[in-house]
Amino acid sequence: MSEATFDLIVIGAGPGGYVAAIRASQLGMKVAVVEKRAAAGGVCLNEGCIPSKALLDSSELFAMARDRFAPHGIAIDPPFLDLDTMMLRKEDVVKKLTDGISYLFKKNEIERLHGTATLKGLTAAGQHQVEVDLAVPPPVSSGQQSLLEPVPQSTVILTAPKVLLATGSDASPLPGIPFDGHVVVSAREALSFDQVPEHLVVAGGGFIGLELGSVWRRLGAQVTVMEMLPQVLPNMDRQIADTLYRSLRKQGILFKLSTRITGVRRIGAKAIVQFNSGTGSEEVDCDKVLVAVGRRPLTGGLGLEALGVALDESGRVTVDDSYQSSVAGIFAIGDLVAGPMLAHKASEEGVACVERMAGMATKVEYEYIPGAVYTWPEASCVGATEEQLKAAGVPYRSGRFDFAALGRARCMDETEGFVKILAHLESDRVLGVHIVGPRASDLISEAVTVMSFGGTARDIALICHAHPTLPEAIREAALDVHKEAIHA
Amino acid sequence: MDIKIPEVGESVREALLAKWFKKNGDIVKRDEPLCEIETDKITLDLNADVAGLLTISVAEGATVAVGAVIGVIDESTAAPEVSAATATPGLAEKLAVPSSSPSLRREMREHNITPDEIEGSGKGGRITLDDLFSRIEEKSKMPPSSRPAVPVEPALSAPEHPVVPSVEAPPTDIQPANVLVPDVPPVQPLSVHTEQTPVYSSGREERRPMSPLRKRVAERLVAARQQTAMLTTFNEADLSHVKSLRSTYHEHFLQRHGIALGFMPFFVKACIEALREFPQVNASIDGDDIVYHHYYDIGIAIGGDKGLVVPVVRNADRFKLYEIDQAISAFVEKIKSNQLNISDLEGGTFTISNGGVYGSMLSTPILNPPQSAVLGMHAIQDRPVVRDGQIVIRPMMYLALSYDHRIIDGREAVGFLKKIKEYIEEPEELLLEG
Repeated sequence: MSEATFDLIVIGAGPGGYVAAIRASQLGMKVAVVEKRAAAGGVCLNEGCIPSKALLDSSELFAMARDRFAPHGIAIDPPFLDLDTMMLRKEDVVKKLTDGISYLFKKNEIERLHGTATLKGLTAAGQHQVEVDLAVPPPVSSGQQSLLEPVPQSTVILTAPKVLLATGSDASPLPGIPFDGHVVVSAREALSFDQVPEHLVVAGGGFIGLELGSVWRRLGAQVTVMEMLPQVLPNMDRQIADTLYRSLRKQGILFKLSTRITGVRRIGAKAIVQFNSGTGSEEVDCDKVLVAVGRRPLTGGLGLEALGVALDESGRVTVDDSYQSSVAGIFAIGDLVAGPMLAHKASEEGVACVERMAGMATKVEYEYIPGAVYTWPEASCVGATEEQLKAAGVPYRSGRFDFAALGRARCMDETEGFVKILAHLESDRVLGVHIVGPRASDLISEAVTVMSFGGTARDIALICHAHPTLPEAIREAALDVHKEAIHA
Repeated sequence: MDIKIPEVGESVREALLAKWFKKNGDIVKRDEPLCEIETDKITLDLNADVAGLLTISVAEGATVAVGAVIGVIDESTAAPEVSAATATPGLAEKLAVPSSSPSLRREMREHNITPDEIEGSGKGGRITLDDLFSRIEEKSKMPPSSRPAVPVEPALSAPEHPVVPSVEAPPTDIQPANVLVPDVPPVQPLSVHTEQTPVYSSGREERRPMSPLRKRVAERLVAARQQTAMLTTFNEADLSHVKSLRSTYHEHFLQRHGIALGFMPFFVKACIEALREFPQVNASIDGDDIVYHHYYDIGIAIGGDKGLVVPVVRNADRFKLYEIDQAISAFVEKIKSNQLNISDLEGGTFTISNGGVYGSMLSTPILNPPQSAVLGMHAIQDRPVVRDGQIVIRPMMYLALSYDHRIIDGREAVGFLKKIKEYIEEPEELLLEG
């Protein structure tokens, strides 16, 4: 059993861990990263953000060629779906990006270990010990290395004064309905179906369910989204969520809101979903059930109990402003700690955590973290929703501009949606920006920038925006805060 | 009051009642959205014009003509207005903070300055970088006595402005030429401001303005006294062993490393070992936090022609005895040839000041904030001491440790100094420990 000493051991090479490791190395720390997957990048790169966006982009092109070329004067035969090629392209995108992280690790002289880590308490000298069960990389016969079980080979002990936990989260199952990997599946499997399901039932009307539901709807599946609450995307601004909801319904996704799934019966390769929408038990046939009802922090198996690391009531690690847990020298970030489970939030926390270790006064400004839903139209947001402002009794003005009135959106034939800006009634400071529409995820950056600088609606209105572009909608919405929009 | 579908555009005759946000029989507040209507041009919310009890007459999903009545609000049953006071406080508080930029906020945190200390000169009270820098400047210039209201706070705000640690030697000895001033524009870092300023002489006494550098040194020294809870503990060490080690290995050491073995490396090593055992002595206060430094950057006060300077031996724990000696000699050379860089003076987690070179028998060194302790070495004198019941003559040195009582307890300070004494008296242990 070999041993090695570092300044920092990072457990998990997802968007929180790998970014923290690189930053720590830049700051002069000697860093080791332990990752249970063969590939770096965590859920985000391997089975989350990146592969889902690859499929969203592919399926969007497919749906566009099928449904929307004609009005542009492009006449083609109905396109034929080659799902295998679409999946291979997705895997190639993932591989190029995960390889990129491996390169960055080498470049930053970060020691990378493939295996599972367990905290083993303090040495006599007060250093934290991390035991790593090393795994042999699986044979490279399939592109899905992340799914293969690593084979334990040997154990090493790493020691460092500081350990950063960044193990992320995994999908929660429906109560009483475990995942089976074939019919009742999580997002991971839903990114790799080998054929388009005839009927996909999506449990959960959050962004993961809506995005993956969109992918398979565009590729031809019948999709039914069942949501326990009376609305989809409950944390988003209600107008945005409702507009997106209507748009997705128009695209043919069926919604059953205020609906509880009570059971799933497997019949061969198919299943019958039992549900209750408040009017008694009902049943529906389907081939796949995608469960996207939330994610739970991966705190198990790390040895946190033995060390006495405190968790909060939702099972997330309790940390202070420096992301240090109740045990000195043990830090945690990302999905393991409170806040939205977002890749970019984890990265921000990773950087802040190691910069604070290095004595810098970095702080994550949570109020300016944007969120995005990559359906089409897309939805995005930053800051307070109208509902939150009302609840807080903050006086505000609202400005809104519809893409239907925007030149570029017309050219693109993307007229659904709008930009909404909420500004303080007295100071005019922008408090929240909510967008549903084409490229909303890209458009939100301007809003994040303005809000981070404490800008006002008038500030946006006074900034020149290129014409004809989608961001003009943001400026018009800012003008509309004072009812001065030119094109409304 | 009736709820009607409003005019939404010239050519629009009808609208889809897309959604009711409120249920039949709900009490609604004024300006609360009631429902959403959709036309082929726009989607818009209908808000309540008055507060009261809602009665819906047209269900959602219906297409209704412009001007049609879709419900009624009965004003006689209004809900009590929710006062803003019951609102969640967090959001409203955040809004009260003046605007600034992300980098500026980090800069403020680094300097422990809160937005309300700064008057923003930008549009709408926005704080600019210039505002912040002038505030930092102002704070560093402000005489401590003029800040009665918050006696402790300024100490936290100027942690990276070390004071030249100085044994309180006669005035001629303290001419600290090179003060580290990292955050203000360089103040002729290494050249003494020679007194060419106007001299007002009237015979019996003369009055000369202090040079800017002298003023800064004075401020820092006073600040260190006023803004820390400084006190000093004493001990003495018997240097017989170190002296005999030196004389035994002098030739060998000189041949091998080209340098005479001095006392200082032993003290540096002893301090590092003691710092390892008492990490708070190597720590500093930053705001409400204690920052523990897991590295040992030791400042060595060295007297030069132009005054006392404190270059820093970085990561001194990784150095061997002769390497420490070489590092110090290199600094001495640099000081002689005026080659010392500002970077040589920056940082430092602990300082050793040797007043012994001036012949001082006993003195109390002043802290070098944000450092929390400073060791004062003194002249070695043969003194009678008692060993095994006999009075014998031994080369003795008084040791003084000034420390910030805010983070170092008396027991730790005394223990720390005692450790140093033990390591100096039994240097073998030091050498065995590496």
